[in-house]
Amino acid sequence: MEGNSEKLYQTFAAALGVDRSLVTDDLQYNKIAQWDSIAHMSLVAQLETAFDIMLETEDIIDMSSVKKAKEILEKYDVRF
Amino acid sequence: MTLELFDRPVYGLNRVEKAEFLLPRLQELTRAHHASCEPYRRILDARGGFPAQKDPRGGLEQFPFIPVRLFKSHELRSVASEEVLTVLTSSGTTSQAPSRIALDRLTAQRQTKALVVIMQSFLGKSRLPMALADHAGVVKDRRAHSARAAGILGFLNFGRDHTYLLDQTMQLERQALLDFARRHAGNRVFVFGFTFMVWEYLIRAVERSGLGPVFSGGILIHGGGWKKLQDSAVDNETFKSRARAVLGLDAVHNFYGMVEQVGSIFMECEHGALHAPAFADVIIRDPKDWSPLGDGSVGVVQVLSALPGSYPGHSLLTEDLGVLLGEDDCPCGRLGKRFRVVGRIPSAELRGCSDTHAATADERRV
Repeated sequence: MEGNSEKLYQTFAAALGVDRSLVTDDLQYNKIAQWDSIAHMSLVAQLETAFDIMLETEDIIDMSSVKKAKEILEKYDVRF
Repeated sequence: MTLELFDRPVYGLNRVEKAEFLLPRLQELTRAHHASCEPYRRILDARGGFPAQKDPRGGLEQFPFIPVRLFKSHELRSVASEEVLTVLTSSGTTSQAPSRIALDRLTAQRQTKALVVIMQSFLGKSRLPMALADHAGVVKDRRAHSARAAGILGFLNFGRDHTYLLDQTMQLERQALLDFARRHAGNRVFVFGFTFMVWEYLIRAVERSGLGPVFSGGILIHGGGWKKLQDSAVDNETFKSRARAVLGLDAVHNFYGMVEQVGSIFMECEHGALHAPAFADVIIRDPKDWSPLGDGSVGVVQVLSALPGSYPGHSLLTEDLGVLLGEDDCPCGRLGKRFRVVGRIPSAELRGCSDTHAATADERRV
């Protein structure tokens, strides 16, 4: 689903405070300065709001890349 | 390797199972740190190297241990500096050198995972609305690698609608508290903070303002040192009963841990005992000759952990006094050793997120 992919990328960009062009499936936690543990909490909150879901703690911990985020969100019935 | 550390039930290993699980990992860590960390190697070699562990019974006591204080004076790491993801610093008053703990990506991941498996035993899988007895600025500074910030950040994963209850001067933000309570009225909440701060800036502040009981049930998790409260004659029982009454909570759990062995969080169970998780353990030693003590005898706490890969923090002598209560026999049902921390070694430096904040607040110098 084109719409959800774009929504995901834009949520990442907003939460991490980076340009949308920087957000690709390969973007990883702790590999750029902006995606640190502090930004991660903000990211989680914004993803939950954007997709109207509540993530389990294990999923928060496991969300180590944009690609992983898609896999995780699919468990919550978000289609990409 | 990381998954193997956490595939056992976190409080489900009995004495024999635990020895089988932990001893080989501690042996490997001792060997690896000896090979990769020069100051650590010199310390061990000065004591005659380290013995090979052949007998699993009682084998835990034979591992060499180093004092936590060494991390203030030495940079002890076992990985190349390029591998270091972050350096955690301990709480410190202005007159003390902080401990510096070098984490690589793997060790940082292990610590996160350790906290998750431990906390799920107490919080379950659901994320409760979370209120913190701290101010929002404590985690905002992106270069904040203090133990206090790391502790809070770690625990944030377990809650939602994170609400900081204090302003920067540690005053209770009444409206924030009331709004949070209203948003979650009728539901359980999760309150987190360092012990002195929870007592002074939350419990006492709410009592003075006449607001209590504020929540409709929930759990308080707190840690970081009792010395300041002991000075004010506030013991664990007093703390718990006032927390329950004033905050409207049903469960209060203390935790014991230290930045030098992050991930080794010893949680207090429903029956008041601190529990060692599957990947960590504790020994109590006689300060006269360092011999291991049995149940019921007060001595110095030594903590062991299978987690620290990037720095030699797997077997540490703390500056705390404690007593073993038993093993595999707690009425709460959790297996493993259970113990209590009873105080500090006299003349030890002031440490811990709770007490150093208190000392700084008092403008006291240690």
